[in-house]
Amino acid sequence: MIGNSESLISDPLDRELVQAVQGGIPLVVNPYAAIAEQIGTGETDVIRRLERLLESGDIRRFGVVVRHRELGYRANAMVVWDVNDKRVSEIGRLIGRQSCVTLCYRRPRRSGRWRYNLFCMIHGRSREGVLNNLQLLIENCGLETIEHEVLFSRRRFKQRGARYVTQKESRDPLPCQTSLTVE
Amino acid sequence: MAQKESILDRPLNELERRLLNDFQEGFPLTSRPFRTIAESVGCTEDEAMHTLQQLQSNQLISRVGPVFRPNRVGASTLAAMEVPAERLQVVADIVNGYGEVNHNYEREHQLNLWFVVTAANRDMLESILLEIEHTTGLEVIDLPMIEDFHINLGFPLQWL
Repeated sequence: MIGNSESLISDPLDRELVQAVQGGIPLVVNPYAAIAEQIGTGETDVIRRLERLLESGDIRRFGVVVRHRELGYRANAMVVWDVNDKRVSEIGRLIGRQSCVTLCYRRPRRSGRWRYNLFCMIHGRSREGVLNNLQLLIENCGLETIEHEVLFSRRRFKQRGARYVTQKESRDPLPCQTSLTVE
Repeated sequence: MAQKESILDRPLNELERRLLNDFQEGFPLTSRPFRTIAESVGCTEDEAMHTLQQLQSNQLISRVGPVFRPNRVGASTLAAMEVPAERLQVVADIVNGYGEVNHNYEREHQLNLWFVVTAANRDMLESILLEIEHTTGLEVIDLPMIEDFHINLGFPLQWL
């Protein structure tokens, strides 16, 4: 499953729709009509396609995506765990259900460079708040014996929704690729 | 010139709080979604639309739209780098230069730069990581998701 590269949305118009809405819908009176016009179909078709993508789970949710920091949730910690591979799915599901956790993924280990195979994200209004939540998480889920590290964020260099650039579209050029020398 | 009152200079009002909290999922897929919202929260269509526009222009929301299931629409990965402190801003700028990078954070760890890359497919993803390695002369550790355990229903906000 690592590096699943096949796009499972294959319908060409669905892909155009994904491209049109991935950065957000326009906040106008008839947003779906505006999108429909952009991709050359009707408003009803746009709505029906979005409903279908929601039903299939390709769209997990459709709505307001908040910016945590700006809303006062200034502390965010990525907590990484070194879980026995045999138990990682069970522990992952347990952690993923806790209300303070906003993401929970299994990822690969990298020999000699990275030992942790389970990642979760905890947001909070303060560092102390995040650490308190982590302590509760450890107690609730019985994680006392599992090695972990807490990686608080410092600077945020970028945050925005994913852009699923389609194959036919060219990539953003690397700015100043030749002149930007790194000391 | 009188400064326009900013939404950020005062506590959020009830309408703003409801729009932020109650429509993280199930945003209406109707011809006039702001009218649907207005009916449910008890304001006018115009108020609902303008308040969301204002929340967006003040960057309290990043967008209104879909959150895709990871790796269903394209390929994505979490990448980590160990960057000498004095080069961090420059390397972060190089990483930010890619349209495929949507999150990029400094974190408290020996591996101090963490970013998410999303592309149409795995090959494009790998070529970006290689290019970053080549440009910076630093190793990029590629940590794609294997399994997702979280059901993303949004982020419940608690007001102070």
